[in-house]
Amino acid sequence: MTDLTSPAILLKGVGKTFSDVHPTHALNDLNLQVERGKVTGLIGPDGAGKTTLMRLAAGLLLPDEGEIYVLDQNMCEVSLTIQSRIGYMPQRFGLYEDLSVQENLNLYADLQGVPPDEYETRYQQLMHMTGLAPFTARLAGRLSGGMKQKLGLACTLISSPELLLLDEPTVGVDPVSRRELWVIVYRLVRERQLSVLLSTAYLDEAERCDDVILLHEGKLLDQQPPAKFSAPMRGRVWQVSAALNKRHLQRQLSLNPGVLDALTEGQQVRVITHDSQTLPETLIKDLPNAHIEAAEPRFEDAFIARLRQYNQKPLRVSTMLSKFEHESHGDAVIQVQNLSCRFGDFIAVNKVSFNVKRGEVFGLLGANGAGKSTTFRMLCGLLPATSGNVRVAGVDLRRAASRARARIGYMAQRFSLYGNLSVLENLNFFASAYGLSGQAKRERITTAIQDFELTTFADTASHTLPLGYKQRLALAAALMHRPDILFLDEPTSGVDPLARREFWWHINALAESGVTVLVTTHFMDEANYCDRLVIMAAGEVLAEDTPENLRARFRKPDGVVASMEEAFIALIEQQHQQAAAV
Amino acid sequence: MAYSNSQLARKRLTGMVRKESLQILRDPSSIAIAFVLPVVMLFLFGYGVSLDAKDVRIGFVIESPDSETSNLYAAFGQSDYFDPRKFRSIQAAEQALLAHQIDGIVWLQSDFSRRLHADLGASIGVIINGVDANQARITEGYIVGAWQTWLTHYTERRGLPMAFLITLDQRIWFNPAVNSRDFLIPGLIAVIMTLIGALLTALVVAREWERGTMEALLVTPIHVYELLLGKLIPYFILGMGGMLMTVAMAIWQFGVPLRGSFLVLMVASALFMLVALAMGLLISIIAKNQFVAGQVAILITFLPAFILSGFIFDINSMPAAVQWITYIVPARYFVAILQTIFLAGNVWTVILPNAATLVLMAFVLLMLVRRKASKRLE
Repeated sequence: MTDLTSPAILLKGVGKTFSDVHPTHALNDLNLQVERGKVTGLIGPDGAGKTTLMRLAAGLLLPDEGEIYVLDQNMCEVSLTIQSRIGYMPQRFGLYEDLSVQENLNLYADLQGVPPDEYETRYQQLMHMTGLAPFTARLAGRLSGGMKQKLGLACTLISSPELLLLDEPTVGVDPVSRRELWVIVYRLVRERQLSVLLSTAYLDEAERCDDVILLHEGKLLDQQPPAKFSAPMRGRVWQVSAALNKRHLQRQLSLNPGVLDALTEGQQVRVITHDSQTLPETLIKDLPNAHIEAAEPRFEDAFIARLRQYNQKPLRVSTMLSKFEHESHGDAVIQVQNLSCRFGDFIAVNKVSFNVKRGEVFGLLGANGAGKSTTFRMLCGLLPATSGNVRVAGVDLRRAASRARARIGYMAQRFSLYGNLSVLENLNFFASAYGLSGQAKRERITTAIQDFELTTFADTASHTLPLGYKQRLALAAALMHRPDILFLDEPTSGVDPLARREFWWHINALAESGVTVLVTTHFMDEANYCDRLVIMAAGEVLAEDTPENLRARFRKPDGVVASMEEAFIALIEQQHQQAAAV
Repeated sequence: MAYSNSQLARKRLTGMVRKESLQILRDPSSIAIAFVLPVVMLFLFGYGVSLDAKDVRIGFVIESPDSETSNLYAAFGQSDYFDPRKFRSIQAAEQALLAHQIDGIVWLQSDFSRRLHADLGASIGVIINGVDANQARITEGYIVGAWQTWLTHYTERRGLPMAFLITLDQRIWFNPAVNSRDFLIPGLIAVIMTLIGALLTALVVAREWERGTMEALLVTPIHVYELLLGKLIPYFILGMGGMLMTVAMAIWQFGVPLRGSFLVLMVASALFMLVALAMGLLISIIAKNQFVAGQVAILITFLPAFILSGFIFDINSMPAAVQWITYIVPARYFVAILQTIFLAGNVWTVILPNAATLVLMAFVLLMLVRRKASKRLE
């Protein structure tokens, strides 16, 4: 049917510069090709040029230099013809929320010129595949996040494109819908020899691709199958356990000069060394009761190793919060009992109960719309609870919210910073807002800037900061008044894997100094960093446990412990079965 | 079965128009702007705002009452325009004027009747609250008019020869009752159409950018012409619907005469609609943000249509510099056409040059829209 020998996308010396404020090279002399009939993953840190590359391939941007051939046609010359042969799903797919599922599909069928006889069969097929068939008359705005994304995919597939461009298609989508989305895509690749280029921030998605393109600051770092990325990592990845607190162990290991990266995983620490010559014994020689064994390298290890050279690992331990180190651990600082929140008929949070102990990193895990943020806002006293009790730091939030608030640090989902103020001005403001002044204020700000390595950006307007630095600044601002309880609402949403790791490094350091951290996330792998967590769905708590126990509950048939994501999906399915049985 | 190119183009266009129409029908705000706002504005301007003086409260200071003064007082009382009340002294009347209990004073001094009978030239004193200069001028005119009429009757009654060599025989054409509503409401149609045309389209394209739907739309094989037409057609129909409704209300609810032809009115309106839609589209394409687009649309289309079109404020009495600005306000030309068609009839010497200017404006604006609209993101 289609010629499989020529590439689906061919870039020859492509350069693209954006010149709005500071001229930035989004792409620089890029040469690459995307093969037909395969799934090619596009990964890289923020600002690598992933979205720019996607838009160039879709004909939404013209390159400043070089040539782009899509399906053997020159994009600069015949973009309209090419656009009738490709499907493109932007990061925020534009569904018309006031149109129904069927009307949205009809529109894209008309725009793509789908003949009526083909339309009917294709429509039925897509509705069946996406599971949207029972909802054709529902307005798109009333669909859940996962269903919206599937409808977006259906709209791009209605024309039966030869090439599918997906720009971070699963950001914020719940794991169940995410899995279903990939089932559809891979099925089409198999059945119709569809070519797919997808950009993603989830490394497990990249790992499943046939081929992976790694971009960094507009340049191609590497392109090869994912297995080839991880192969050279053999002998560099280790699993360490010792008779130490896991956070302490992680810090000890990451300060070892031979270690490139160290990450807690359950009660153990996963270590990546600089080279395969490093002897495992040297890594654990000062650690009590230490045990080390080689681990199977993963794609993520290779990703970190490849990009670490551009991005120093954090070495400083925050000194901002040393005062809590000697306080007793173990007593519950946050007590939640039967907490509910209703908006009219809609029950956003339904009788949620859990306790958080001092010095714990406690996670609230769930898809978008599970009720995590609502729970959070009630805990911080930003939203009144419809019923139930919340005690934070021993204070009933209904009676003395302001007293509790003085001990709480809060980092909102979209970093509440003042974009046109510099880093220093932002910190100054937040310090004043928490009532600091004079010498104390100056000292606190200096420490914050040093701890979070913001020195080089002190005078930069905060909206121009890279996302990872914005996140650090937001955290620094939330810590200005030395709170002993920290609330983080989706702190890593939209942040690339490298910056996410770094951020967790800071969180771990804070927890070690005795700060209680409550964090929401939809990244299932981040659950591994928590001491304990609750899994939420549709406003209810499905499970409360340590990540290891949760995963152990859902052993796969071959006896291997499930990943956090698999455990999550299994829990949701279990709940559906129970609901069906009742 | 595949489509030919022109069939494909038609299919894309109908798809866009259908989508846009569904969105209009489901969006309460666009229905409100197109149909509720015009009704509210018509009622406000039809009943609330009037440039006529009616029932002006006049304080009569009559220092020595007799038959002549009560005759004059009764003449004022019979008029629709006045609501007279008596005061004993000028001081009391002045107090009432300060307290906003009356709008003006007519002062008949103690020698009024004596001077009148002796033909010494009787005079009345008139004091008017001049805070609202426009209202004051109208009131003054009415009082002078009423006084003249009374004097004429007086001389006739006494069988005296007319004291006036020249009498002013005034006739006001096209609006003999000098009813300001007849003049305001046609102009209001222009304002309402600017609102529907420019404000609504300014919001809809910006909304597509804001909600991320534009990016998905742009990668389909749709042509820029089809995209723009897909936006223009539904809003053109909506705008003309709003316009028909206002015309119907003007004629049947407010009794404004339509002296020209309905067909000419429709053609001129269609022309102006195009100008307004093109302005809205242009704003929307440049702003890409609903809030900014809405603000800009109000600032550069609606407000000028309101203030600088001659709809309320007479252009000829504006300072020269402001008069120059009115030349680039499209509503100015449409207001001239509307007022002519409604009140005077098909006066081609007025309609044609104004319509020609609108054609030129529509052409230039649509060219600009086409140049600014692009299938690329930058």
